[in-house]
Amino acid sequence: MNEYSYMEALRSALRDEMLRDQDVFVMGEDIGIYGGAFGVTQGLLERFGKDRVINTPISEGGFTGVAVGAALTGSRPVVEIMFMDFVGLIMDQLVNQASKLRYVLGPQAKCPLVVRVACGAGRCYGPTHSQTLESWLAHIPGLKVVAPSTPSDADGLLRAAIRDDNPVVFIEHKLLYGEKGPVASPGGEPMPLGEARVVQEGDDVTVVAWSWMLAEAEKAAAELEEQDISVDLVDLRSLSPIDHETVVDSVKHTGRLLIVEEGYRTAGMSGEIAMRVFEQAFDYLEAPPRRLATPDIPIPASPILEKAAVPNTAAIVASVKDLMAYQG
Amino acid sequence: MAIAEKQLLKHYKTMLVIRLFEERVEELFGKGVIRGTAHLAIGQEAIAVGVASALKEHDYITSTHRGHGHFIARGADPNRVMAEIYGKKTGYSGGRGGSQFMADLSLGFIGANGITGGSIPVATGAALSAKLKESGKVAICLFGDGASNQGTFHESLNMAATWQLPVVYVCENNLYAMSTHVKDAMAIENIAGRAIAYGMPGKVVDGNDLFAVHDAVSDACVRARGGEGPMLLECKTYRLSGHSRGDQCNYRDVEEVQEWGKSDPIVRLQTALLERGLLTGERDAEIRESVAAVVDQAVAFAEESEYPDVSTLEEGVFA
Ligand SMILES: Cc1ncc(C[n+]2csc(CCOP(=O)(O)OP(=O)(O)O)c2C)c(N)n1
Ligand SMILES: [Mg+2]
Repeated sequence: MNEYSYMEALRSALRDEMLRDQDVFVMGEDIGIYGGAFGVTQGLLERFGKDRVINTPISEGGFTGVAVGAALTGSRPVVEIMFMDFVGLIMDQLVNQASKLRYVLGPQAKCPLVVRVACGAGRCYGPTHSQTLESWLAHIPGLKVVAPSTPSDADGLLRAAIRDDNPVVFIEHKLLYGEKGPVASPGGEPMPLGEARVVQEGDDVTVVAWSWMLAEAEKAAAELEEQDISVDLVDLRSLSPIDHETVVDSVKHTGRLLIVEEGYRTAGMSGEIAMRVFEQAFDYLEAPPRRLATPDIPIPASPILEKAAVPNTAAIVASVKDLMAYQG
Repeated sequence: MAIAEKQLLKHYKTMLVIRLFEERVEELFGKGVIRGTAHLAIGQEAIAVGVASALKEHDYITSTHRGHGHFIARGADPNRVMAEIYGKKTGYSGGRGGSQFMADLSLGFIGANGITGGSIPVATGAALSAKLKESGKVAICLFGDGASNQGTFHESLNMAATWQLPVVYVCENNLYAMSTHVKDAMAIENIAGRAIAYGMPGKVVDGNDLFAVHDAVSDACVRARGGEGPMLLECKTYRLSGHSRGDQCNYRDVEEVQEWGKSDPIVRLQTALLERGLLTGERDAEIRESVAAVVDQAVAFAEESEYPDVSTLEEGVFA
């Protein structure tokens, strides 16, 4: 298997899908000659030209709506929103337009739209350029939401998102772009949306994470292994729909659950995941489920504060140990 | 109203402070001393200083992601601006906001803004409260050519004209929004031309000429204060630096940068001052020395300041 960076995987998936299907086009700010704020679309303009690599004015609400209209009439747009924080500007298009079309209008309508966004802290970009707002989106019926953590998943899930006939928000993480890993089937098949991945099997505790938090959780699992604590690590990958079955099965096996997310704690994803576990595996629990999330504060720019705000490996290790020590 | 001659050297000095401050920020990023990002106003100093020089002490001003210069021109302490960029406790936002998110309400500087176009309605709201309170204040809204393509721009100008609010919209048209040339983002020549669609006057201004900016903003403020409503000024300028840290500028020609370099606002002011006999080579050297001291001091202050205490992380979310 070849090694690719997360960024290369995204770029090659975009290129392949554009080659495969003439209806696919990309649009967004500075995605042309600049290659996108993080470099994902580099080279696409040269290859596909201005009509299929549409460099937009700074008009997020407008061009996302334009993409909805194009999707409704037979195109397959892939929109890039530079920072996930800016989804504030496109929410109406997602919430009141794209996500409602199929249910209300029936089989005559479909909206094959992908919106790619870059989430996450870690770069000291400050309160309006560091957020992870996936729970806003997962809350909306009719929207699919995915957040890959590896180059292989970035590749397979982006292909699937583009071929899906529904609006999909595709969440990338700033800190992952440079991460390298094997890609299962470069130029190959899409991966199904809506399926979690068991990263490693274990017996003592289930840890659920995704995106950058999965990387932190993997490091924590390795540390815990040395201390004879065996982690069943689940990469959720898809935040809507959520693969509750994989999580519930894991908790039935381990009896303990820790969820790690980068979004704000209150009304985040963790509450939803844990509630399903309560509903479906309550009798198996040996300890109350725990969660790690960003506290309910704007994400500060100062390096020292930013670092303290977001869950990390050390916090995961400590949390798992607390779970293991729980006596009832 | 024209600038008083005795103020000119002060404005010249402020422009130099901004230039050197920004150059130093760039250098510190390069060395990895500061993290995050920063957008520099190198080449656009005449707008910051021209606007600030036309305001009254109590007026409001909103800024952008490219706001260090606006803030310093409005009277911010360069020490605390630098400390904020460093993420230190002594910065204007206690390190929480960083380069794109600082303010000093006591100076009427109601905020830099990391969301392109985000401050346009905010400035309009400041003008609304000025009108409701009959405070006689004017709000100045600074924003880029790119921001003028956001819905907030169009919605705000419509409201301001409809309600005859005391606000002056000052567009810094530096020809690019990140890598995107204005010609690729709008089908018109002048952004000022949009004003007429909303029912307010618009005017194109030479944004690299301190005198022109000052005069245009002064006149617009007189109108606004007199209850005649808003105005849109488009200051043509050019950013001589990259968009932000790490910008390779592959989207523009070196010749274009060089051409605009000939219209460097600081050189233009310097030439005018020398011609008028208001500046000598000797005095210029003195001024530049004192400017270097101001910026050195800002860096030293930021270096010596402490980072915020982690125990404060969750404090102060609500009023
Ligand atoms: C809503 C939003 N979209 C995009 C960005 C990313 N971004 C930051 S500055 C910028 C360009 C702004 O251009 P302009 O308004 O002309 O100001 P300039 O940078 O030229 O001063 C972009 C696209 C942002 N910060 N906010
Ligand atoms: Mg611009």
